[in-house]
Amino acid sequence: METNKYTPKDFKSPQEVRWCPGCGDFMVLASVQRAMSELGHNKEDYAVISGIGCSSRFPYYMNTYGFHGIHGRAALLASGTKIANPKLSVWQITGDGDALAIGGNHFIHEIRRNVDLNVLLFNNQIYGLTKGQYSPTSTKGQKSVTSPFGTIEIPFNPGQLTIGAGGRFFARTIDVNIKESVEIFKQSDGFRGTAIIEILQNCVIFNNGAHSAITDKETREDNQLWVEHGKPMIFGKERNKGIVLDGFKLKVAEIGKNGITEDDILVHDMHEDDTTIHNALVKMQLPEFPVAFGVIRAINDDTYDSLIVEQINEVKKTAKIKNMDDLFNSGSTWVV
Amino acid sequence: MSKKVIDLDNVVVKFAGDSGDGIQLSGMQLTNTTAQMGEEVATFPDYPAEIRAPQGTIGGVSGFQLHFGKNIHTPGDKCDVLVALNPAAIMANIKMIKRGGTIIADIDTFTDKNFEKAGFKDDTLEIIKQDYKLIEAPISSMTQETLKDSGLETKVIMKSKNMFALGIVYNLFGFPTKYSEAYFEDKFKNKPDLIKANIKVLKGGFNYAAAIQAMPSFRIASQTDLEGKYRNISGNVATAWGLLAASEKTGLELFLGSYPITPASDILIEIANRKDLGAKSFQAEDEIGGIVSAIGASFAGNLAATSTSGPGLALKSEALGLAVITELPLVVVNVQRGGPSTGLPTKTEQSDLFQALTGRNGESPIPVLAASTPTNCFTMAYEAARIALEHMTPVLLLSDSYLANGTEPWLIPAMKNMPNIQTKFVDANKEKYLPYERDKNLVRSWAIPGMKNFEHRIGGLEKMDITGNVSYIAANHEKMTELREAKVEKIADFIPELKIEGYIDSDTLIVGWGSTYGHITCTVNEMKEEGVELAHAHFNYINPLPKNTADIFKKYKNIIVCELNRGQFAGYLRMKLPDFKYKQINKIQGLPFTVAELKAQIKNHLDIK
Repeated sequence: METNKYTPKDFKSPQEVRWCPGCGDFMVLASVQRAMSELGHNKEDYAVISGIGCSSRFPYYMNTYGFHGIHGRAALLASGTKIANPKLSVWQITGDGDALAIGGNHFIHEIRRNVDLNVLLFNNQIYGLTKGQYSPTSTKGQKSVTSPFGTIEIPFNPGQLTIGAGGRFFARTIDVNIKESVEIFKQSDGFRGTAIIEILQNCVIFNNGAHSAITDKETREDNQLWVEHGKPMIFGKERNKGIVLDGFKLKVAEIGKNGITEDDILVHDMHEDDTTIHNALVKMQLPEFPVAFGVIRAINDDTYDSLIVEQINEVKKTAKIKNMDDLFNSGSTWVV
Repeated sequence: MSKKVIDLDNVVVKFAGDSGDGIQLSGMQLTNTTAQMGEEVATFPDYPAEIRAPQGTIGGVSGFQLHFGKNIHTPGDKCDVLVALNPAAIMANIKMIKRGGTIIADIDTFTDKNFEKAGFKDDTLEIIKQDYKLIEAPISSMTQETLKDSGLETKVIMKSKNMFALGIVYNLFGFPTKYSEAYFEDKFKNKPDLIKANIKVLKGGFNYAAAIQAMPSFRIASQTDLEGKYRNISGNVATAWGLLAASEKTGLELFLGSYPITPASDILIEIANRKDLGAKSFQAEDEIGGIVSAIGASFAGNLAATSTSGPGLALKSEALGLAVITELPLVVVNVQRGGPSTGLPTKTEQSDLFQALTGRNGESPIPVLAASTPTNCFTMAYEAARIALEHMTPVLLLSDSYLANGTEPWLIPAMKNMPNIQTKFVDANKEKYLPYERDKNLVRSWAIPGMKNFEHRIGGLEKMDITGNVSYIAANHEKMTELREAKVEKIADFIPELKIEGYIDSDTLIVGWGSTYGHITCTVNEMKEEGVELAHAHFNYINPLPKNTADIFKKYKNIIVCELNRGQFAGYLRMKLPDFKYKQINKIQGLPFTVAELKAQIKNHLDIK
């Protein structure tokens, strides 16, 4: 591959970006533009494909090939694009409503198929574009225009859903964490398979501060655990807290207390096929636990888009029918 | 090529198996039931010469053939349906099955040993599957399963597998099981467990056929008056081959995104089998997934298609609108069946015409084509792909259950004679790509991911003329709406004109579209013999209509529109060409017209006694 000398600016489209001032989407846009400029693909080989929702306007703001689809179906537009041309780097932009409500079925099936896609799941726990209805990730009891007395629904955890559907790659990041997001996007692009990246994104208008308990400056180091493959899961302002295994469960332990040393802290293995620890990590919630970020799961496996090409090549090797004329004249024929 | 329609009410069925398989009993039961149903029937039992020929060999095959329907004078020459209880039974009768006929085979007997005994070669089964409709039914194992709690010995149980096969046949032709039930109740008066067992297996076969939505193949005999090499082909396979041919002609990979649905699944199955030609089939999680994945593949530059039947088309309608506004090439095949809702999944109907024309939100015009015979499915699928690619639009092709499962001899084409297809890829040397800039035919050009310097965004929001940027400008929306409509109308310049068949100078024009072609042609021919001369106009292109449609209609005093719905095409013609008066002949029974019905109704309209 030729080396590209792109800057993030090369990925900015001439269209005016029309999100509400202060929207977390701006940060994600900046992160994606930076990641793409550093990745080394030719610009024309990127396809950015979305469904419907605020975040799904994303393709219009990228100076790449882009497709703004219909509600819930981005997974299939992206899958079809990638299967048709496996050389492309395909980025699916979706939200908690698009991917987990109207597109829930497609979401689990794209994960099951493992088409090589980067799926950016913007989770703001609210419907923004339709003005403030609760979403499948809204917390139980959350008040919204369609849940004036609080929701009585149990929210989806996108990480659990991904792992439950057989997901090979799951990462989590935060809209404002550009540096970490860029790294995760680059990792997901290098990963062959369906990579789900949940982005905790703030909707300033309809659900402002939904993630603030996690993201607030004062507490974030105690409330965020950024996992790194091969490194112990240590967090906290003093870097003195870590995750340990307690039977089949995870537990927060303090290094130096109760005889706990750094050696007792779980070392993150994103390639572990067994889902137990990855599932426990994505489930971790405040206040008992910090929330886990970074690449939590990355299992290498065959991808749909490469297998279909392999299968075609394999069949072609021994095929008697090489073209349409062969096919027309195959089987029994007769002359009049 | 003139066509003669063989209505399915004239059928030859043959049961065949080892001499101990109870073949004669099954045959007698079917004979009895058809007779009780008021059919005429003629039979021909044929036993092996040797009483105890070795099992599983051709020499040991016993058979029973019967011919039922109207004006039956012989047991029939070749059979439409062969029930074969082992491979030898297939082999012994293979020359006696009509090309494209249906074989119901006990797949549990498909073992290497049995294949060897029957003289199957490595590719025999493959060839059979290509030339006949093979229903691979696990007759032995399901008989065993049905009676596993009966307390009967396995040997006794296996004796009733002929009843399982009979049950399948009853279901296939819509016959009740009650006459055979009465037979067992009488025959085994003193052995209630045998009555129960036989009836249970009979119903088991009946229900199995219902569950797999088994259908016999309709056969359409063409008078092959052109010299050349022929083969047999069904409508669904011909549709798949039409798409494959367009793919080869253009050098574009074929992508079929689809979801299984009766009676369209065979298109997906055929494409899935054509990995040898590089076709990509994608079995989506639902109908929406089928079409949206195809739109994605089209965006990426494939020849993209999706196949479905009526209820599936309903689910695809929002996505079809996306293909309309993004002006991407896409072929949508709708193999119609009886509706509404789940309706009559295995029966034929032409009642999705309005859905095809208007079943989307917004002003959302798309070209609509209709195939008229099984082999014409090939031509029209190729045409659908040609129009989609040359005019950058989704195209809807209507087939139906009758065509899909119907087979007819086909004069084998050569790829070099297939019309050229001009794809609309943007010139790579162009300095700037404007996605919604149009040529003189109002067609935009196609830039696909991977093409340098032509990066652009498309989507479901209204587009600014020429630039394709999102636009909410009122006047632009109206302009774009008109452009999309005019683009589809313009296709009329690129399709064949309507031809008149039959007696052109008649004052009565019989109008049909799609699969009624054979029956109308037959009707026109037969009525001429009776001294009534009729002209016949048959539509393969519905939107836009052929340019000369009004000029043709002008010549006739009576226009009678025949269709298998409540009058959708007639209604469409009233909207498009309101200056004419249209009479109607409609049938909505899940069945094709019969020639007799058409003749009677035409005479009625023309006051001919």
